Amino acid sequence: MAVLDELTRPAGDDDHVGGVPARLVASPKSTEEAAALIAATPGLAVVVRGGGTKLHWGPPPRELDLIIDTRRLTGMVEHAAGDLITVLRAGTPLRELNLGDQQLAIDSPARATVGGTVATGASGPRRLHYGTARDLLIGITVVRADGKVARSGGKVVKNVAGYDLGKLYTGSYGTLGLITECVFRLHPRPAAARYVRSTAPAQAVSAILAAQVAPTAIEIDSATGELAVLLEGTPAGVRDRSALVEKLLAGEVSEEAPSWWGRDPWTPDQIGMKLSVPLSKVGSLLDSGSAVRGSAGTGVLYAAARDITEVEGLRAHCVRSGGHAVVLTAPAPVREILDMWGPTPGLALMRRVKNQFDPEHRFAPGRFVGGI
Amino acid sequence: MADIDALTQRLRAELGPGQVVTDRQELRTYECDGLAHYQVIPALVALPHTAAQVAAVVKACADAGVPFVARGSGTGLSGGALPHAEGVLIVTAQMRRIVEIAPADERAVVEPGVINLQITKAATPDGYYYAPDPSSQQICSIGGNVAENSGGAHCLKYGFTTNHVTGLRIVTPDGEQVRLGGRALDPPGYDLIGAFVGSEGTLGVATEVTVKLTRLPESVRTLLAAFPSIDQAGAATSAIIAAGVVPAAIEMMDALAIEAAEAAVACGYPPGAAAVLIVELDGPAAEVEAQFVQVTDLCRRAGAFEIRIAADDAERALFWKGRKSAFAAVGRISPDYIVQDGVIPRTALPEVLRRISDLAGEHGVRVANVFHAGDGNLHPLVLFDARVSGEAERAEKVSGAIIDLCIEYGGSITGEHGVGMDKAKYLPRMFGEDDLDTMQLVRCAFDPDHLANPGKVFPTPRLCGERPGGQVAARFPGVEVY
Repeated sequence: MAVLDELTRPAGDDDHVGGVPARLVASPKSTEEAAALIAATPGLAVVVRGGGTKLHWGPPPRELDLIIDTRRLTGMVEHAAGDLITVLRAGTPLRELNLGDQQLAIDSPARATVGGTVATGASGPRRLHYGTARDLLIGITVVRADGKVARSGGKVVKNVAGYDLGKLYTGSYGTLGLITECVFRLHPRPAAARYVRSTAPAQAVSAILAAQVAPTAIEIDSATGELAVLLEGTPAGVRDRSALVEKLLAGEVSEEAPSWWGRDPWTPDQIGMKLSVPLSKVGSLLDSGSAVRGSAGTGVLYAAARDITEVEGLRAHCVRSGGHAVVLTAPAPVREILDMWGPTPGLALMRRVKNQFDPEHRFAPGRFVGGI
Repeated sequence: MADIDALTQRLRAELGPGQVVTDRQELRTYECDGLAHYQVIPALVALPHTAAQVAAVVKACADAGVPFVARGSGTGLSGGALPHAEGVLIVTAQMRRIVEIAPADERAVVEPGVINLQITKAATPDGYYYAPDPSSQQICSIGGNVAENSGGAHCLKYGFTTNHVTGLRIVTPDGEQVRLGGRALDPPGYDLIGAFVGSEGTLGVATEVTVKLTRLPESVRTLLAAFPSIDQAGAATSAIIAAGVVPAAIEMMDALAIEAAEAAVACGYPPGAAAVLIVELDGPAAEVEAQFVQVTDLCRRAGAFEIRIAADDAERALFWKGRKSAFAAVGRISPDYIVQDGVIPRTALPEVLRRISDLAGEHGVRVANVFHAGDGNLHPLVLFDARVSGEAERAEKVSGAIIDLCIEYGGSITGEHGVGMDKAKYLPRMFGEDDLDTMQLVRCAFDPDHLANPGKVFPTPRLCGERPGGQVAARFPGVEVY
């Protein structure tokens, strides 16, 4: 396998996923190189790795031969400011983007890459106003499990030509192939931004939503008992709107976000969960007694659970409310006995999608819902 | 047609009286959608009242190997709901129940036949509305919106149908009922809602849709600016975007489109304008007022010779009346016309419009331009008179050349009307063989037998793995199957 020797290197001590060691690592520099690699390695089980900030999310792979590292697949291919779009290679760290007075409005931790953020569908506080990667992604280039390169969408925001594969790849946890390039719509950077911090209860969220303040984010943190609102816009507009929210919540206007803002609430020895409930059920979720933090304006929150009993309790609560609860990460001993994804409506259809895109189940086997 | 006769009997037994249409005259009323020059009379029409009935019809089709096409209000402009001559047309127009308006969840749950605007009407008393607003919103159904991923004038700021659907109940082409998502966001697993919305009826039939409700804005300000040239109107659009303003809508009409709108609805736009812009801002009053002053100033500096500011809802409605009636209004100035739908990067607008004008001149046809300038979505209306020999062909040629222009400038062959029957032939100009093949992997997962709206979207059906090939090949005689 001369081709394999050329394209890969032996794995080192750090090259494992959820404790499963890889044999080989490859760092392709282009879509073409990645396609050649994937075509040359049929039968090898693959996990894609970006900045590694969420590699510990999800169950470990059933098998692992090759890690495809995207950190040489980087750079901005295009920034068309007048058209408010950018084309980015998958390994590009989101925090390092220089878009002038424009922004790609996705919250992400340091080192997180474009590809990893899209593949996990990760989001943060500002999703209330800007939506998530799914809403901002307007075009995608992927390498399929058989090494074929495919594109969908394009470089214009308004576009209904063909199926929207970008949606399918967003949040697919690397199980449908390798994402190599993404096209995003951009937003202008707001001229002003202010936070209003308060200790108002979750029930106050409906008052904020009912008031005409167009918040960018409404975040709540059960540990500190804080409710904080982000307002963005023109300097005068933000001043007026933050004053209104300040009064509504009996809070305080601040230039700075609370220290917990946008951070995962769990520590490495805890179980990290993503919870989602209908908006009207956020209050009762906060009353459940668990440490919960996140977007009270969209109903997507995060929790730190101590043990499996607490996971089951939170999951039951969310499902009863018409939502769902996913375990993102857990310490090794509990991980093995946890159902990380929980119940998944539509699973049979999802299996059929997986079987079409990756009939040999070589991409991230076992890491996704229902063992996909 | 033996299989159709058997199918008819089975459906008559499973559905209620009057829900299965076989009368030739009655079937004829369903022969086309909003793109009237494609006409096919379906073998039969089913009018289900419930999801279970939709599932029963689809299951019967699956068992018999008979194709089916779903249709809402039939307002689509790409022939997406064009019936199949040997298939069943499933009309969801009877499923018109608004299941729930849930303002506390910011959601509405509706059946697919519910009219787009009815959701807004039902939610307004609670201070909410449904944001996607295609021009046909008074008659188009939400099921059709889901199939087409419908846009509208305000999607510049608020996005398309796909950004507003959080839950679906669908019937898959094998007749199974599947629930996807709900009121809560980010359901685990593949985003099959994202795959289904905009799939133009090729992945199944939606039987219930959960949509986001958006808070009614505190303030809406609308202006109408008249320009002596299209280039200046284009420059104003670019200046607004460059200033970091995200208007709810920026719409443009050229002189010919204005002429048509005046003839049809007497909208009273400023006389002598080569182009008008309608710019709408919405949001908190504290934001909108400052930005509105800025936008007005940018229009004036770009060369607007008259700027009208809507004083109230009635005047705003009048501004919009000219724009929203533009397609139909063109009938006043031309016996026949083609409505085109293409997208270009917004910055290429002036250049592409000049080239469209050149194309029209070369071929001796007139083109009226109406478009969503903010997102580069063009709707050129190519005018012709079918009675004049050769005109229809020339118009068709210009219309096709405009699509080629959109591709040349890195845009799209359709921004909101869909591919349907009309543009399947253009899809390979935008996407390569592997791209189309990959999209059809999704089709194979949902509909390996190609029973759901066959012949639409993709010009060449993909042979799905692990299936006998004879059936597909037989359904598409003369078509290359790979």
